[in-house]
Amino acid sequence: MIRIIAILVGLGFAVVALVSFAVGAYTFATEETTPHLPYEEPMDVDYSFDGPLGTWDVAQLQRGYKVYKEVCSACHGLKFVAMRSLSELGYSEAQVKAEAATWQVPGIDPNTGEATMRAGVPTDQFPSPYPNAVAAAAANNNAIPPDLSLMTKARNDGTNYVASLLVGYQEPSPEVLAEHPEAAPGPGLYHNIYFPNLNLAMAPPLMNAGQVTYDDGTEATLTQMSTDVAAFLTWTAEPTLVKRKQTGWPVLIFLLFATVLAYLSKKQIWSAIKPKQHPKNAKD
Amino acid sequence: MSFPWARQYEPKTGLTKFLDEKLPLPRFVYNAVGAGYPVPRNLNYMWNFGVLAGFFLMFQIITGVVLAMHYAANANVAFASTEHIMRNVNWGWLMRYAHANGASFFFVVVYIHIFRGFFYSSYKAPREMIWLLGVVIFLLMMATAFMGYVLPWGQMSFWGAKVITGLFGAIPLVGEPIQIWLLGGFAPDNAALNRFFSLHFLLPFVIAGVVILHIWALHIPGSSNPTGVEIKQESDTVPFHPYYTAKDGFGLGIALLALFTMVFFLPNVLGHADNYIEANPLSTPAHIVPEWYFYPFYAILRAFTMDFILPAKLWGVLAMFSAILLWFFLPWLDRSPVRSGHYRPLFRKFFWFGLIPTMAALFYLGGAPAEEPYVMLSQIFTAYYFLHFLVIIPIVSQIERPQPLPYSITEAVLGSDKKAVLGENAEPAV
Repeated sequence: MIRIIAILVGLGFAVVALVSFAVGAYTFATEETTPHLPYEEPMDVDYSFDGPLGTWDVAQLQRGYKVYKEVCSACHGLKFVAMRSLSELGYSEAQVKAEAATWQVPGIDPNTGEATMRAGVPTDQFPSPYPNAVAAAAANNNAIPPDLSLMTKARNDGTNYVASLLVGYQEPSPEVLAEHPEAAPGPGLYHNIYFPNLNLAMAPPLMNAGQVTYDDGTEATLTQMSTDVAAFLTWTAEPTLVKRKQTGWPVLIFLLFATVLAYLSKKQIWSAIKPKQHPKNAKD
Repeated sequence: MSFPWARQYEPKTGLTKFLDEKLPLPRFVYNAVGAGYPVPRNLNYMWNFGVLAGFFLMFQIITGVVLAMHYAANANVAFASTEHIMRNVNWGWLMRYAHANGASFFFVVVYIHIFRGFFYSSYKAPREMIWLLGVVIFLLMMATAFMGYVLPWGQMSFWGAKVITGLFGAIPLVGEPIQIWLLGGFAPDNAALNRFFSLHFLLPFVIAGVVILHIWALHIPGSSNPTGVEIKQESDTVPFHPYYTAKDGFGLGIALLALFTMVFFLPNVLGHADNYIEANPLSTPAHIVPEWYFYPFYAILRAFTMDFILPAKLWGVLAMFSAILLWFFLPWLDRSPVRSGHYRPLFRKFFWFGLIPTMAALFYLGGAPAEEPYVMLSQIFTAYYFLHFLVIIPIVSQIERPQPLPYSITEAVLGSDKKAVLGENAEPAV
């Protein structure tokens, strides 16, 4: 009885699934589907922190921090990153203190209790330039600039995506426009070949070479600036990335050693009762 | 129950004698996973995964309890507290990555354990109860994992919670009230987050309880084995310790190597980038998908696209739940007296060329975007999935002619019963 019910239920689900398939296949064959917008996958850039042995390029992170400070921070905060962690970028304690003081953060006037702005200290996070989301939306044509702390983890292939997006602004090509008229940028939007729907609200932040003057004398080309800031944002998204990889090796080597020992003891224990020749076919 | 030749626990020191009189815990362990538990001598590496599943349950509970010390279950701060764990808590990043990837490994191990059961028909008499409890554990795991994924309160957490609880909305008449009752509101918010945290903390201990019943039920008939022939004599068995403790130790080493390779070098590949964006009820992600271990059932849910007497969504929900619940009935659907797939030529073909490719395809399709040709493919594989368990297995078990079985486990291992090395007390084979 239970098997008859089961067969009926099984046939029921299978038939409905197959009829759905037939209807779907008919629709698929007769109706045109809208093709995806032809956006590009991010460029593949080499970074010092790639691969299982990767380490930070501290000079690059410092350059990226400068790009963030002078360009990105006009609109984007880093609310999860404490200024004290700048010490991981090779700055001394005094330098970190001095650097923190160059940022203005929301504070409270100690005499009146009124909201005010004060110089940052190392325990502060990098502030958003806007007091609240409404102010951010009002200043940016209703598109709120996202916090960048986790940006490179919040996009697929995030580091490459950020580096590519910053140099991906260009006029829409005539072929794309001919096939997708909706790809023309609307008012307040900018065309970017790496953005999934091809138009975004962020104006090109890196306009010309030399926009940032690097302290270490590196030539500030567009690609240099975009790669450096992508590296910096990879660090802000996961400051423990290099420590993680460096911790991994001793752990894996220890486990490998332990596993080999476990295998040898297993072999030793079983050798007493293992047949010398395993019968190939258990059915003999 | 145990076998008459099972070794007996003998306390030797004063302390163990004292304990054995007052609280015979060492005796209990000795009989459960020690030298006092005789196990078939022919278990292959597929039999490692039960112990591994138990290990990963403990691993998840320990890492999870530590994470709960730093996590705050409040919709305003949950995302920030997760980042606090990643950045400011000493070794917090390791705990969180270990817990997130540990969940994936728990499911890998349990899926292999379940499919071992399918191939060797581990669900058959006298082991039905072990199987039923196992399916209960799997359902509890799915609920626990789903609620755990909501806790970081990222975009996928929020929208995943919305979609999955929305499934209950497909139930006629009472669906919407049930959904609101489950969430404690009209959409996932603080009430939902708090109850999910509470249940995510509770359910692993419920799972541990059912695992104890699962192992208790296992010790009544003893472990199954690759031939499917029951234990007949002492030479068919070896004591669990040291033979299988050693073998499981090696298996655990391999599992930990794989887990920690993921944790230290690829910690985010099994997750979704969207979950590093804080939950935003006003912005829907382009593709809402659950964690990878739900993909086959998510593919089945999305395969039903046509209103046919019932609305399409209800068909999908019924099919998704039935896809797991039908496992409960397997012991009574499969009538073949032979357990092991090794001796069942037709069953074996359907397993390797039907069920395994179907599961692989459904795993892939569940994570693919809801567009053609993925939907059409999942419809075909969904149809096969139901046909396999509910139609093919009952019919094959009736018409198939199984191959001859070995007389005993000893014969299967040594070629003849007479060469038995162990078991001087065993009756000689006829």
